[in-house]
Amino acid sequence: MKRFLSLLLLCLAVPVVAQTGLPPAPYADRQLDDPRQEAAARDLMEELRCLKCQSQSIADSNAPMAGDMRSQVRERIAAGETPEAVRSWLIERYGNWVSYDPPIASAVTWPLWIAPIILLLAALWLARGRFRKSKGDE
Amino acid sequence: MNRWLLWLPLALFSLFFGAVAIGLMMPKDNIIESKMVGKPMPTFALPAAIEQRPALSSADLAKGKPTLLNIFASWCVPCIAEAPQLLALQKAGVEINAIASRDTPEDIAIFLNRWGNPYSRIGTDTTSKVQLELGSSGVPETFVIDGNGIIVHQHIGDIRQEDIAKLIEILKEAG
Repeated sequence: MKRFLSLLLLCLAVPVVAQTGLPPAPYADRQLDDPRQEAAARDLMEELRCLKCQSQSIADSNAPMAGDMRSQVRERIAAGETPEAVRSWLIERYGNWVSYDPPIASAVTWPLWIAPIILLLAALWLARGRFRKSKGDE
Repeated sequence: MNRWLLWLPLALFSLFFGAVAIGLMMPKDNIIESKMVGKPMPTFALPAAIEQRPALSSADLAKGKPTLLNIFASWCVPCIAEAPQLLALQKAGVEINAIASRDTPEDIAIFLNRWGNPYSRIGTDTTSKVQLELGSSGVPETFVIDGNGIIVHQHIGDIRQEDIAKLIEILKEAG
């Protein structure tokens, strides 16, 4: 009986230390009615970084602030803004950091684009050395 | 092949290994500063968070005198830690306005009754809309705004005892 009662009480328990008591923003978890707009919003959300859990996109994150950001993205796109305008609106406030699509011509982010090309060239150069040697051995 | 070239792969590997090790061992420190510092306050108008204090709009933050804009929430533990410092700043004559982030009027009232209310105006931002406008990524955060409504400084995290003097200095410079 005691055990049953404690189980019953456990079911009634509510989290005391919740992060925030408020419901999510209107469009945090609700799709836009227009499927084309929703798809555009969705694509953008996957390329925006969550401010709280910084290794996730806002599409993946359960943080309340990510929900608020999703809602903002959907509301702005529903109002007719282009995804790129919404992205630059956020970049203006948080820097390139907030976008998973870094610009090529920026003092900090250009190595991200150049490094793979340099590595590929280096690999080709190394491989070329290999092939030449094996020919010489024959 | 040059003899030293033999060591190149090992050197590259060590470099890679070192970079990964440093990345793993360094404490995560990803504080995102707002790019709005130096720019005018975005236009906004938030409804009053509690009955006892008036609502907050961007026009209230450009009245010729530098002010502090504190972003807080009743569910935020560091906000309790900074409450005494905010009260001290208010006593020193600083006007502090606030944005309550994702909060209910009841919880805000309980929080302010318990930890003190240093705020002149409190706007309630239930969907983080204004917080996103400000480039703010969490609570607590405090912005210093000059008399013309230009954001001159952002303090991320709770205000500690040792931060008070610096904030007062920035306020003086802004005024």
